[in-house]
Amino acid sequence: MAIKPLAIAACTLTNALGPGIAASLDALRRGESGLRPCDFEDVVLNTWIGRVAGLEEEPLRGEFAPFDCRNNRLARLGLEQDGFGAAVRQARDRYGPDRIGVFVGTSTSGIGATEQAYRQCDLITRSLPATFDYRHTHNVFSVADFTRRWLGLTGAAFAISTACSSSAKAFASAWRQMRAGFCDAALVGGVDSLCLTTLYGFNALGLASTRPCRPWDVERDGLSVGEAAGFALLEWAEPGDDRVLLLGYGESSDAWHMTAAHPEGAGAALAMQQALARAEVLPAQVDYINLHGTATPLNDAAEDRAVVRVFGSDTPCSSTKGWTGHTLGAAGITEAIFVSLCLEQGLIPGTLNTRQRDPKLGAGLVLETRESPLRLALSNSFGFGGTNCSLLFGRRVRSPSPRVGEGRGEGVA
Amino acid sequence: MNTLFVEAVGLMAPGLAGWTASQAVLAGQQPYVAAPMPAAMATLLPANERRRVTATIKLALQVAQEAMAQIDLDASAVRTVFASSGGDSEVLDKICTALTQPDRPVSPTHFHQSVHNTPAGYWAIATSCMQPSLSLAAYDGSFAAGLREAAALAWADQARVLLVAYDLPLPAPMAGHRKIVVPFGVALLLNPAPPANRLALLRLTSSGNEPADRLDDEGLEHLRSGNPSARSLPLLCAIAQGAARQVILSAGDSATLRVEIDP
Repeated sequence: MAIKPLAIAACTLTNALGPGIAASLDALRRGESGLRPCDFEDVVLNTWIGRVAGLEEEPLRGEFAPFDCRNNRLARLGLEQDGFGAAVRQARDRYGPDRIGVFVGTSTSGIGATEQAYRQCDLITRSLPATFDYRHTHNVFSVADFTRRWLGLTGAAFAISTACSSSAKAFASAWRQMRAGFCDAALVGGVDSLCLTTLYGFNALGLASTRPCRPWDVERDGLSVGEAAGFALLEWAEPGDDRVLLLGYGESSDAWHMTAAHPEGAGAALAMQQALARAEVLPAQVDYINLHGTATPLNDAAEDRAVVRVFGSDTPCSSTKGWTGHTLGAAGITEAIFVSLCLEQGLIPGTLNTRQRDPKLGAGLVLETRESPLRLALSNSFGFGGTNCSLLFGRRVRSPSPRVGEGRGEGVA
Repeated sequence: MNTLFVEAVGLMAPGLAGWTASQAVLAGQQPYVAAPMPAAMATLLPANERRRVTATIKLALQVAQEAMAQIDLDASAVRTVFASSGGDSEVLDKICTALTQPDRPVSPTHFHQSVHNTPAGYWAIATSCMQPSLSLAAYDGSFAAGLREAAALAWADQARVLLVAYDLPLPAPMAGHRKIVVPFGVALLLNPAPPANRLALLRLTSSGNEPADRLDDEGLEHLRSGNPSARSLPLLCAIAQGAARQVILSAGDSATLRVEIDP
């Protein structure tokens, strides 16, 4: 039996395309990238980044001042968009503040605060500035703690940190925690911000491109690091629910290598298959796949093998990293919300920046953004350590326009 | 649905060198004697890999390995939840130090070891385990959060889950800004169905804000209050005692998690 679906009751998105969902949707439609040559702090690297404008000038104040760091500023900016706070307040009144779980994905949390503190380290005493607040900035939990306090939620809360699958896995945890009865609704999200650790780290691994990332391109040569905050409020779907629903999730481990994906994409395929199985959906029923698609040569090749193995070459798929860059721990939520927008708007994004598809790759890559009614769409997120997560979303189409030869059922819920 | 069976335990802390060696102390039958924590061997890692990995990774893998060795079961079939407040601070210290130097020479190895799910990745590779795995953090409530997530995962999938919780004191200069005074690692193999041999039956009843249990033994209480993963100690003592009782575990700040234990 298919699992009980969760409905996205509200969501919000902030990334290099701008604050709020409208900025992302507008850029997706117009094919405008948020990437720019690296201008973060004093970084001297020949690479492109997806930076959110204005965070430098907007410190957290008052009771939230201890949380002040780029990551929590980004979380705050995200939480202030799209009427999201008001939607959570309504849910808080309905469910009670202690019955809404908070599950936020992040990879580096506020490590930027520690990077800065180390640069101010007293060389004689080896001590960091007294103002350095590890708990409220650098610690992994900080962003989940900030989020729940900002929203006035007091229930179960933790940060999920599985590198670049973090905020996709937040949906799976939310489903489990709600099913276990630990909470009645869930706030899921992901926040990752630019920092020296990831910029210099990916550079050291030779994984950062010197150009805007080009997923699936024959000349792809690496990723562009981005930053983003995204949040969604989840509750159990009601009968006949016409909101976007989480119908299935799949998680797996590669058990292969700490940084390199399994060459055949075995773990990735397993995650996709499990998402389909939980939803009782066949591969041919899926209308669109949002790829992890980081644009590193090996990762795209591995994901391609996995997608072709599970879906063949006909299912339309694309990577939206060319718009936002790779937002790491926020990639899962960012692309889950992209998929949700695509389902609502009947939109299949292209693969921005990609000119010539790698002929060795076989997935049904979409290069140009196009309109198309969608009912079922999958989002892939994979990360260091061989962690994989796939999420299947769907939306009931209320009055499907009659189409010749269309044999699918009416809804998915 | 809210029951879980404990099938095996791994443990590593100062004066607690493994679950088997520590049961009498935890049960109150022998006095706790503080002693330096033995080096975690994590022998399941290949020798060349063992030289490359950090103390945090070895601690997590050691307790996981000890728990799995107590049961005739292929680890590749077991889902995992890794809970840690701060992850690998030794690696993060090295990266932040490198970032203060000219040209910021971050080591590629340190960078890939810096993710919170590094121990989970090494464990999956060492055991050829492709099962789902989650790595989480909830500051001082990390153990309780991990226990609840492991339970939720075990119930949802009707499958065994290995919960691994670990934290090491932070290196200077971060040490002065985060109070973790002792190393501590624990692993619990949890089964939603009654197994052939069980150490305990757990019932996660409720969470609240009642005062968390403290330990009578001063040395054990020093561990419990000195490491987020050691907030598990009241539960471990109850399992070792083998009597029906309930414990109230700290879940961070004033939050708590109540667990009923049956032998």
